[in-house]
This record gives sequence, structure tokens and C-alpha cells, in this order.
Amino acid sequence: MDAASNKLAIKGKTIPIFTRSVKGKYRNFKFAVMGLAYSVYFLLPWLPWARHSAANQAVMFDLVSRRFFIFNLIVYPQDIFWLAMLLFIAAALLFFATGLIGRAWCGYFCFQTLWSDLFILIEQTIQGERNARLRLHNQPWNAEKVLKIGSSHALMMLVAFWTAISFACYFSYAPQFVVGFFTGHAPYAGYITVLVLTLTTYLAGGVAREHICTMVCPYARFQSVMYEADTLAVSYDKRRGEGLKGRALPSSGLRTKEERSAAGHGDCIDCGYCVQVCPTGIDIRDGLQYQCISCGLCIDACNNIMDSVGLPRGLIRYDSENNLASENPHPPRLEWKRIKVIGYASALALMTAVLFYNIGTRSDTEVNVQQVRQPLYSLLSDGSFRDRYVIHIVNKTEEDETYKLAVEDIPQSALDMGHISDITVRAGKSLSFNVKVNLNHELAEKTDHFEFVIKPSNPNAEPLTVPVSFNCQHD
Amino acid sequence: MSQENKNSVQTTGHVWDDDLQELTNPLPRWWIWGFYITFTFAVVYWLFYPAWPIGGSYTKGVPGFNSVTYTATTVDGKQVKKTTHWNMRSQFMVDMNELTALQKKYFDKVASMSYEDVSKDAELMQFVNSAGKTLFSDNCAPCHQAGGQGKIGFSPNLTDDNWMYGGTYDQIHTTIEGGRRGYMPPFSQVLNDEQITQLANYVLSLSSEPHDPVAAKAGDALFHGEGAACYYCHGPDGKGKIQLGSANLTDKIWLWANIPADKTQEDKVNDIKNVIYNGLAKGVMPNWNVRLKPEQIKLLTVYVHDSLGGGK
Repeated sequence: MDAASNKLAIKGKTIPIFTRSVKGKYRNFKFAVMGLAYSVYFLLPWLPWARHSAANQAVMFDLVSRRFFIFNLIVYPQDIFWLAMLLFIAAALLFFATGLIGRAWCGYFCFQTLWSDLFILIEQTIQGERNARLRLHNQPWNAEKVLKIGSSHALMMLVAFWTAISFACYFSYAPQFVVGFFTGHAPYAGYITVLVLTLTTYLAGGVAREHICTMVCPYARFQSVMYEADTLAVSYDKRRGEGLKGRALPSSGLRTKEERSAAGHGDCIDCGYCVQVCPTGIDIRDGLQYQCISCGLCIDACNNIMDSVGLPRGLIRYDSENNLASENPHPPRLEWKRIKVIGYASALALMTAVLFYNIGTRSDTEVNVQQVRQPLYSLLSDGSFRDRYVIHIVNKTEEDETYKLAVEDIPQSALDMGHISDITVRAGKSLSFNVKVNLNHELAEKTDHFEFVIKPSNPNAEPLTVPVSFNCQHD
Repeated sequence: MSQENKNSVQTTGHVWDDDLQELTNPLPRWWIWGFYITFTFAVVYWLFYPAWPIGGSYTKGVPGFNSVTYTATTVDGKQVKKTTHWNMRSQFMVDMNELTALQKKYFDKVASMSYEDVSKDAELMQFVNSAGKTLFSDNCAPCHQAGGQGKIGFSPNLTDDNWMYGGTYDQIHTTIEGGRRGYMPPFSQVLNDEQITQLANYVLSLSSEPHDPVAAKAGDALFHGEGAACYYCHGPDGKGKIQLGSANLTDKIWLWANIPADKTQEDKVNDIKNVIYNGLAKGVMPNWNVRLKPEQIKLLTVYVHDSLGGGK
């Protein structure tokens, strides 16, 4: 018994996929998205931005000072519900797009797709086209194989490493972090983040690859709920491709469309190009499958073949289930007049509007007044009453700001701020201080409420009014 | 044979008595690797941490991994360095030492500035408020209550504007540092019940509480005369003396008799009579210089003055 047969067979053992390269409009679109996404991801942390109270970085999620800087927007922990809305918007956008044109996210924008694509590109550059890679895979380990496979994985590691570094750069001042990282002065959490992300990026993009989409990602599994019969999906035109007698190679007598239809064969010449280019290794001709990430590469492949054999393009194309099955098919078109699509679109529009309204109308100052409740009031020697308050001011601007405090509905003289005359709150910081309010017996008796007015020194800023209650011992 | 067996359990190939075979069931590879890794881990662990007993001792591992050094204060107030094996308590002490060092910066800042400068600095006052609240809760709250509101018949309210021993920074500092001992002699042996009733009515009249004007007039004479000689301590105007800590009898604030809570004039008179009869020897505040450090007393002074109710 030889060693190979001594192994226990593992159920569902997967075959490694070596994709073949292809040219076409979907491939070009994928390259364009890739170029744009990578430029943004890798370069954005290095974009400078003039700031007064933090590092000059355009996008920085500063966990230490608990502020997220996104260009001119500064997000504070209090604004956390924006994140909830952003997630909702992302979900609605995903459902909307999927209902309309299938898994566009998976095929063109998902980072798993982007990094897998790049890593495949690395393999292709170093190890060669599909056939060369297959040969390399099957040959025993020798110097060539070690060198080629080793160097491509080393390069993937390097990309993964820089991906991780870039991610960490979003959370600190990028130049300082990178220098600190290599001189051993970066924070502990930085090293852990980079280590974990390097490993996960390399493993997900370089090793697990399509298994992430088919075995890990839940989106693949609930796509069937989002697809409708009118959704545009990457589809094989079975009627046209199979004809009455199925596929046939373009041998002599079966070269033109007329010859093929006379012989009862469809347009599919069974070249297998669509299967070879598929990053998840499926055959689109078997119909819509959960493994299909809708990347359109099989469309490019098939169109190229159709061109070369002189048959019309579009044997594999974006089309809807309904149109493919219809008696009188029309050219594929977006079927957007559907309750589901319109519903998601309106939810999307509504939430986006609410989010932007919220961001646009946020006040630069946040004031919180808390009455001291222990004791709720104090009786003073002349029979008047004293209530005390803790005033908390958050300055959300990028400049130090000075505030004036006043009271309304009661005499100004009732306000006792102790020795504090200057309420200056630093940029992005908060300040809390105590004040006392003394009202004579008569006035205290009839005062239930009054208002604190906080006026920022910035003439454009609106004063803030905070109503509070006043307590005393009633006769 | 090998084709048949491809998907079933393998045998070693040994056959006895025609059909007796030995199965080979290899352990799963992940399990085997996990096993090897635990071995490696154990060896590394032995090197770093205490592991093997050797007679009465044991291997100590790499220093720093298994021992903790921290500074502790002994019963007689000395700072000593202690090194023990790693445990949660010693780690807690290390953390506390670090935090105390961080806090010291601010305590030193408060200590180096004048009271007025500290109270003008709104940012520094944030520290005074939080550190002061902790110090107050740990040391003062048992008598003066959590918010400093005190308790009638027991401890003065620190949030109002009445200060028996003075409400300036220096006076509050002196009070905390050295403590106070208030005393009023009992008058049960000196005065008769009628005289004490008259005095009680006079005291109520000083702060415009309901009283018997005839008795109050007689009480006035007693108060300022040599018979009771109340003015010795409470002053001719009844406003008390901060040197003695004698109460101001003319304001609305009461410490030993709960006049605001008494509903009837009779109750008010009786409450004050009770104080005059028995005197007071319970107004005692301990000296805190034995327990608190100078910088802590200074910070508490600012806290009591600015965050509670000082200033008079």
C-alpha cells in the first residue's frame, strides 16, 4: 500500500484554483475599482490637513483623545449613533444594490475580492499564466518551485504587512507611527494590530481566498433572499448555448451560427474558458450558485471566445431570470420599478438625509448641568437658600473657546462662581466646574425653575440655554 | 484491495488466521500538533516561571516574570520596598503606586500655589473637586455626611455660609489641621428653670423666632448681666466669636437645637433650654495633621472653601 492511499479520504476536499487571466470590460472595471480603492486606502492616512488641536492628518481616528477626525468633521463619542446610522445606510445600500444588480459588492468592491485579486496578480506575475502555475503546483519541490512559490508568498506577506501598517496609521499620526514602529517606539497595541492584520490579510487573501466567500462569509448564504426574478445576475443563456443537442466544439461543419443551428447545437463551444477564469472555480453554465460572487470575468471570457469564433456576444451576460425564461426576451435592462428596490431606495435616501441633517446641525458646544443633590439645598444664615450646580461644558471645536455664564429668570447677583472668572475650555476638551445660586427666602419660595445661559465668545455661535430646577424648604 | 479500502479505515496490512487484521487509526493531525505545541509551551513555561521543586526550594524562573516589587507603607509610616512572587494584591499595589505618582504632580501643583490662584484655575479645580471628594468621603463624611451637609445635633453643615471657627482659607486650614473642641458649660447648677426659660426666649428673639416677649426681656438682662454672663462667649450682640467657636445666635442656622424642625413655640423653647441646662461637650473635631499629609489638607481646604460653602 503506497503512502497516498494510506491517507484517509477527507470529505469535500477542495481543489486548488488557478485562475486564468482575461481581458474585457468587467476586468477593466475591476482594475479601475482596485486602483481607486487601493489609492484611497493606502494614501489617505498620509494626506495632511491643518489642525489646531491634533496631528495634521486628514483622516485620523484618535482613540487617545477620543476624537475621530474626518477632514473638517470631528466625531465625538457622543455622536456614536452616527455610526449606527452609517451601518444602517450601508445595509440598505447593500440590499438595494443586490436587489437590482445582484452581488455587485462581492464581485467588485469587497476587500476579500480586492486583496485576492491582487494576490492572484502577484502569483501570475511571478509564476506565470494558469498552465505554468498548474505545472508548478504538480511538480515536485525543487529550487524553481521553492523560489517562485516562496517569493510570491513573501510578496503577499509584504502587501499584507503594509495593509496592516496602513490600517494602524488611521488610528495615529501616520509618519510618527511608521517611524516609531520600526524603531520600536510604537504603542504595544500598534504591534498587535499590525501582527494580527498581517496574518489575517495574508491568510484570507493568499491562502483561504475563495473559501472565505463560500465558507465564512454569511452574505453569500442570504443572497438568495435578496435576489428576485427580475434581479440582474451573471447568467448563462442556456437556451442559446445548449440548443437542442447541447454544446459542441466548432469542428468543421459546425463553425457558423447557421451550421450549428441546422445541426441542433447551441452557441456554447464548450471551451471551458468561463470556468478557468472563475475565482471561485464554478461553472456558470450550471445556473446561479451561492459561490458566484458576480465578478463578471466569465462574461469577459465568453465574449472574447464568441468574438474569435464569429458568434454574437452575450452568451454569458447580466440578465434577469424572468427575461431569460421569457418567450420574447428583450435586451437586459435594470428593472427598478419594484416594491423591494424602491423601498430600499427610499429607506436609503431617508437615512442619508437624516444623517446629513444631524451632522449639519450639531452644536459645537455641549452643556450639561447637574444639580448637586446632597444636600439638595442649604439654608443660609439670613434665611436665604443656596442651591449648587455642576456645569459641564464640552468644546467640540478645534479652537480654545471662552464662555460667559449667566442666569435668566433670577437676578444675576444670585450667581456665585467663586473665584472662577474665566471659563476657557480647550479645543476638543471638556470642563466641569461648580457654581452656587443664592436666592433670598421670598424669591426662593416662588422660584421652581430658572435657566443657565452659556454664551461662547465666538460671535457666530449661538448661546445655549439649560433649564434647571431650584429647590428650597417651603414654609 | 487498496481501491476498496480508500474510503474506509486502514489496516497495518498484517493478517493472521486469514481474517484477523490490525487497524491503524491515526490521531487527527491537528490533535497531534496541538499535543506537540503543549509540550513546547510547557518547556518555555518552566524556564520563565517557578516550576520544579528542588528539596525545600524550587526553580525560580526568569526574574521579573514571577516577582513583583512595590512600595508599601508600614504601620509606623515608613516607606519600604517589597518584593514578592506575582499575585493580584502585589500587582494592585504596583498599579496604585503608579497612579499615586501620577496624582502627585497635581497635589504638588496645588501645594505650590496660593489658595486664591488654585480657586481661579478652573482646570485645576476639576482635580480639586474629584480628589477633594475622595478625601472628604474617606475622612470627613462619617461626621459631616457625604455631601458636607452635616447633621443637626452632631456636626455642622459645611455647605452654608455660617462658620463657627471662620470660613477663610486659613481658618478652615487651621480647623482641619489642629481640630476643634467646642465647649459650653451646663447651667443647671447656676440658673433656675424660670431663668433658663427666659434665656431661651431671648435666644429665640435674636433670630426672630416665635417667643414670649416678656420672658425674652428678662432673658436679655440675664444674657448681658453677670448672672448668666452669656455675652462672655456669645458676644454682647449674640453673634458668637470665631476664636471660641461660640454659635451665632442671631442667624437662621442651628446646630445643636433643631429649631427649623420644631413646629410649636414650646418645642423650640424646650430645645434651647435643653442646651442651656446640659451645656455642650460633644463639639469635638479631631486634628487631621496626624492622618493627612500637608498637601492633602491644603487640597481639602480649597475643596471645603470653594466646592462646599466657605467664604465668610
